[in-house]
Amino acid sequence: MSWSAILVLVVGAYGCKLFGVVVLAKLGDTDGALDPRLAWFPTVAGLIPAALFSALIAVQTLEADGVLQLDARAAGVAAGAVAVWRRVPFVAVVVIAMAVTAAIRWQT
Amino acid sequence: MAPHRREGLLLAIAVGVVALTFGVLADAAGLELAQIIVMSSLVFTGASQFAAVSVVDGGGSGAAAVGSAMLLAARNALYGPVVARLLPTSWAPRAVGAHLTIDETTAMASVQEHDADAADAFWWTGVWLWSLWNIGTVAGALVGAVIGDPESWGLDAAFPAAFISLLVPHLRTAPGRVAAVVGAALAIATVPIAPAGVPLLVASLAVAPAYVRSRRSATR
Repeated sequence: MSWSAILVLVVGAYGCKLFGVVVLAKLGDTDGALDPRLAWFPTVAGLIPAALFSALIAVQTLEADGVLQLDARAAGVAAGAVAVWRRVPFVAVVVIAMAVTAAIRWQT
Repeated sequence: MAPHRREGLLLAIAVGVVALTFGVLADAAGLELAQIIVMSSLVFTGASQFAAVSVVDGGGSGAAAVGSAMLLAARNALYGPVVARLLPTSWAPRAVGAHLTIDETTAMASVQEHDADAADAFWWTGVWLWSLWNIGTVAGALVGAVIGDPESWGLDAAFPAAFISLLVPHLRTAPGRVAAVVGAALAIATVPIAPAGVPLLVASLAVAPAYVRSRRSATR
């Protein structure tokens, strides 16, 4: 990989983050000067984590090399979901998900 | 240690192990150690780094590598409005905070009830993640081949499971539930037909029906 490609990636990745914090966040600025036409923005911004984290969970659980796949990982994540539902502490949720996935892989 | 700092550290440790595999893969793809270090410290968004290095490893061009990495990096822009109010107003710490604005830091911040805790969770998670991501990367590039395949101990299930914990507080309101359900459905539907990264961008459209739902409860 060339240095110029890496440089473009460094600038591009940071540019995305900065664009969000500086430009997009301005739209959602609630103290005072919010344009009434953008009154919807703070609500929408508040809903972004729910949409993206849920999508991230779905993709990281079910996607493998560009296709959907139900495997040991999905079983482990399902066990983790049950643990969350049973109000198991955060650390234990992660350990349970890993242990179930590893156990199934080891069995098969 | 405050619970959110402890949880941030746990997340960072898991990320550090993933970083080992990034170091191994980047080394195998023929990147110089200096390039690997620059990537992890300055690109600092894991999914993009994996995408770029995988493309190069598969014989793809630098442009293709950067393109697929940027698709995955684009979602970090959407986290800006979520975390911006937690960052100091002076430009230097704000610029550093922007660099740390990724999935894990946004998630840890967004589940805290009070803004002070949210800011604390953001910074602690960010500093721990950045440190362990970089230590892990260098270790992976230098000696990584000896650790074996982390998938055999289920590491790939750790992240989605951790994020379920971090999603739950967002499901307390009806609009949050609409955003989550529609977001996951859009992402799943998009996976088979679009390159990596695009499903997450498409999922952000789920805020539209969720917003409609929030208007409905507001006018009632």
